[in-house]
Amino acid sequence: MQDALIAAAERRAIRDARHDLRFRGLVATAGGFVLLALGGAALSMLWGGWETFSTFGLDFVTSSNWDAIDQQFGAWVPIYGTLVTAAIAMIIAVPASFGIALFLTEVAPTWLRTPVGTAIELLAGIPSIIYGMWGLFVFVPMLAEHVYPWIDANLGQWPLVGSLFAGPPLGIGTLTAGLVLAIMVVPFISSVMRDVFLTVPTRLKESAYALGSTRWEVVWDVVLPYTRSAVIGGVFLGLGRALGETMAVTFVLGNAHELSTSLLMPGNSIAATIANEFAEADTDLYRSSLIALGFLLFVVTFVVLAIAKLMLRQLAKREGR
Amino acid sequence: MMRTLRSKLFIAALAFTACGIAPAADVVGAGSTFVYPVMAKWSADYRAATQTKINYQAIGSGGGIAQIKAKTVDFGASDKPLDTAELAAANLVQFPLVIGGVVPVVNVAGITSGGIRFDGAVLADIFLGKIKRWNDPAIVALNAGLTLPDQAITVVHRSDGSGTTFNFTNYLSKVNATWRSGVGEGITVRWPVGIGGKGNEGVAAYVKQIKGGIGYVELTYALHSKMSYALMQNAAGEFVSPNEESFQAAADSADWDHAQDFNLVITNAPGANAWPIAATVFVMMAKQPKNAENAKAALAYFDWVFANGAKQASALHYVSLPAKVQEQAKAHWTQSLKY
Repeated sequence: MQDALIAAAERRAIRDARHDLRFRGLVATAGGFVLLALGGAALSMLWGGWETFSTFGLDFVTSSNWDAIDQQFGAWVPIYGTLVTAAIAMIIAVPASFGIALFLTEVAPTWLRTPVGTAIELLAGIPSIIYGMWGLFVFVPMLAEHVYPWIDANLGQWPLVGSLFAGPPLGIGTLTAGLVLAIMVVPFISSVMRDVFLTVPTRLKESAYALGSTRWEVVWDVVLPYTRSAVIGGVFLGLGRALGETMAVTFVLGNAHELSTSLLMPGNSIAATIANEFAEADTDLYRSSLIALGFLLFVVTFVVLAIAKLMLRQLAKREGR
Repeated sequence: MMRTLRSKLFIAALAFTACGIAPAADVVGAGSTFVYPVMAKWSADYRAATQTKINYQAIGSGGGIAQIKAKTVDFGASDKPLDTAELAAANLVQFPLVIGGVVPVVNVAGITSGGIRFDGAVLADIFLGKIKRWNDPAIVALNAGLTLPDQAITVVHRSDGSGTTFNFTNYLSKVNATWRSGVGEGITVRWPVGIGGKGNEGVAAYVKQIKGGIGYVELTYALHSKMSYALMQNAAGEFVSPNEESFQAAADSADWDHAQDFNLVITNAPGANAWPIAATVFVMMAKQPKNAENAKAALAYFDWVFANGAKQASALHYVSLPAKVQEQAKAHWTQSLKY
């Protein structure tokens, strides 16, 4: 009787171990698939863009001459445009999102939290082409008539940074694209921030309040350090979206392969260039250059994420963790 | 009872779907977006008349050429003609199909359609960025009596590759030496100044948004979006308005007789009433198609278009080919395409 029980238990243990192994294999495959997809995408773009890299070498990245007739391709204008529009978006979106998350978790009355939180999630679900059309038909005329003339007349005269803000008020340009991107990424960043702020144990916050801290001190010294890595994760989620956004940017950026110091002037971005020009890229080198641009976007995103990870590690080290 | 009724309905539905799929494979074409509105209208009417379905994908002229070279479609359509060497290399036959026109559109307060005049040299200088303001003496000289504002000119061009751009830059190259040597012609060029809009609708939207803007679109888009177009001085020195008559005059006066394989761009045509930026849509077909039946059906369709398509074309502001050129095109395909 007892032998039978033991035998049954053993059989069960063996079966469990087998299932365990299978399960392990299954999830390992799922995890491996991510690496496979990533590697496959990167390699196929490198392969497709190889003709361009071997023709122009490093010039492809540093040259700003993009001329389909003479078959000269330099990607500096779209790279610069991608980085600058994303930077403008982050400069505006990060503090704004922080404020929204702070308001929703610490300041707002309880009855207001759910409707505002839901509104943010709805904003995150709006397709980017809607932002693009809104940007072009509503935002651009408003900026061109009321905001940019003022910026040109006032900020444009400042020493050093003046040239960034001088120029005819077209309404379409790098700054507009950055502003639209900021509005687009705010919902992403703020909803992540709100969710992680809610994970801070009430005990911690209450102890700080009990010691006489103000609300700002609690948020800055308790909530933020507690959630820092998740907050930075949210910021980089937003940055990733800003770097790769295509349709909304195409509508308001101006799509001009011209390098201009002024943020009021039109520029170009990597994703917009690809979307605009792929259909009619009629030579192998042209098509290869667009694929190479895609690879560069991959690299840019990767470098930005790597820097973020390094920053996080640096921070952790300084705190002696 | 209920069940039998339902199964009968199901079988009927199946039979119906099968009918939809059953007829001979559709004729498939791809290319120029410029010709798409009239091509869609013709296809619908042709289907009503003959039951043959023409499936045309407006993927752009460059795409159309690539697809017909790869023989994945029965015909390609392009706003830019191929030269004899390229046609021979790909074993293709080319003929013109229909005429349209590209018009400069402006957004300047107080200027209505036909209210402003340009000549080729001034238009090129504006797109070169040499003429920067609307009250530039060169523009004022062409528009005696018109009050032009002291406003910056913002050039709007296409950001995507386009046959419209090809015809426009081809014209500027013909009338301005600086343009020819510095920028040249092509479905996409290195623009000296300006911002890029995607598609005709993108250019139209930007010009409407930006005060002091100037761009170029097909006539249909200019009329649809109620934009102010300009009068152009043609090669004969006359100022003409973009319309069917002036497009027709351009097609009539162009030298088709001496164009081998119809490789002719009819911009800057010599006729007294000719619109200088008229554009031809060309069809390319393979000499040895993958599916000879479909190729034959495509030729029958174009034959029908030549005979019956003028009305639809004119409703959409295109112009059918002059009768003489239609005969030449038919003779050309009968001689070179033996299916």
